[in-house]
Amino acid sequence: MRRYLGFMTLCHKEIKRFMSVSIQTVFAPLVSTLLYLLIFGQVMQTGDSGFDGLAYHQFLLPGLMMMAMLQNAFSNSSSSLIQSKMYGNLDLLLLSPLSPAAIFSAFVVGAVVRGIMVGFAIGIVGSLWVAMPVMHVVWLMVFTLLTTMVMGALGFLAGLWAAKYDQLAAFQNFVILPLTFLSGVFYSVSVLPPVWQQATWFNPFFYMVDGFRFGILGVSDVSPWLSFAITLGFMLLLSIVTITLLTRGWKIRR
Amino acid sequence: MSHNIAIEIQTLSKSYGDMKALDQVSLQIPKGSFFALLGPNGAGKSTLIGVLSGLINADAGSVKILGHDVVTDYAAARRLIGLVPQELIDEPFFSILDLLRIQAGYFGLGKAQWPWIDTLLQKLGLWDKKDAGMPALSGGMKRRVLIALALVHKPSVLVLDEPTAGVDIELRLGLWAFIRELHAEGMTIILTTHYLEEAEQLCEQVAILREGKILALSSTQALLASHPWEYVEVTLAVAAATLPDMLQQALHRRQGNKLVLRLPRGQQRAEIASAIQEAGLLLTEMRQVEASLEDVFRVLTRSGSEL
Repeated sequence: MRRYLGFMTLCHKEIKRFMSVSIQTVFAPLVSTLLYLLIFGQVMQTGDSGFDGLAYHQFLLPGLMMMAMLQNAFSNSSSSLIQSKMYGNLDLLLLSPLSPAAIFSAFVVGAVVRGIMVGFAIGIVGSLWVAMPVMHVVWLMVFTLLTTMVMGALGFLAGLWAAKYDQLAAFQNFVILPLTFLSGVFYSVSVLPPVWQQATWFNPFFYMVDGFRFGILGVSDVSPWLSFAITLGFMLLLSIVTITLLTRGWKIRR
Repeated sequence: MSHNIAIEIQTLSKSYGDMKALDQVSLQIPKGSFFALLGPNGAGKSTLIGVLSGLINADAGSVKILGHDVVTDYAAARRLIGLVPQELIDEPFFSILDLLRIQAGYFGLGKAQWPWIDTLLQKLGLWDKKDAGMPALSGGMKRRVLIALALVHKPSVLVLDEPTAGVDIELRLGLWAFIRELHAEGMTIILTTHYLEEAEQLCEQVAILREGKILALSSTQALLASHPWEYVEVTLAVAAATLPDMLQQALHRRQGNKLVLRLPRGQQRAEIASAIQEAGLLLTEMRQVEASLEDVFRVLTRSGSEL
């Protein structure tokens, strides 16, 4: 019970932290993503989605939702951890009896909540002018949850590794951003040349976006089961690596 | 392990590159004691405290807090210890009250702990600032918040790493009164400080570290008694421009017509009196001054001799 309360406290803190600056953490990504939808959706209204009978802006909306969820879930855990390091208050957590797994999980919960809030806000507002059928609600929920968990875990790992904001920004700009943009948010991989198609298979973000799009539109480049297996495997790998490093005190216990 | 031991440290070592911050340190701190951990900068005090509290991983050796190993049984050990770190921290997102409640929550303590949090805020003079954020507080107030955070789970052992650095005298006195109160209730207090008078007044036991090793470990009284010098304060009728050789060689401090002489234990004070008389000076008072912890500390940390 005590351990449970400790974990719940940290979850509550992580959520309250981003909600205390919700203009920056929720509303700003909502507006910027809707601008993407407005501009790309209008300009490429007649463009090819890569799937028969599917308008480009219909194809685009789930991708943008997923992009926002990916980026915001990552930002939440990574910035919370690096800020705690910079302000010195991470020691308060390290002095507590919370286990490494509990600390990691609570940061992931914070990331999941923020990712879902931003993603679904975009979905609700976007569906006012783009049809959102939601073909497979279970897959939609599975990929929403799993993807935000993966990105929360990856953000935690990046925050653990980074010793300063600059390093974290580099990770965000040179790893997360390219992987997101090349994950099929804006296009179907079927429209890419063969070399780029093959390169995409190695991008784990592709499977998250593709599986999520299947949940909403019922169309995907690969089987949702394959996307599920790869995303789940990535999550397990990240969890094992991060909890092991946290247990060893890597970069945080001197 | 004895039930009377609060902290048991065995052959603890920690290196940073080639520098040995802790070198095979073994130490037992009795339950309920007020213990001073002293040493010059870089002696290993903060490293030792870091290992006790779990912020630093040792390379070798073990530490137990009331029988609980800080590595293998860390959750139980951390519930028993509170640390006031030397470095100030910041937290821009939460008020002081929220921060304390969150910290209690980490220890699995819910609303039942809130009255104790209110007590801490009042005792530490933070009640009026409970809704403010850390960035709005002065350095002294931030230090008090750190003390409240360390006490939020009512630990059995409280470790204070330079708690009065940058704190004004009035606040310092209030702080020590509160810490004495906690000690009287049975809490074990471990203190590092550069204000050696504080350690002398408060602590029953002292360990002095240098270069990662314990140079001295004893009760404060025994440590003072083991000091190889004694001090004599001599008051002359008028300040003398020149002193006899014997006085000049033994001179420790001088303030106007008052001289403090440092003499080997057992030296006859009569010899001093006659040297003054022979020099044509008029002696008005001569009294023994007890060696202070600072005197002991200086001798030990300079020579490196072990007691």
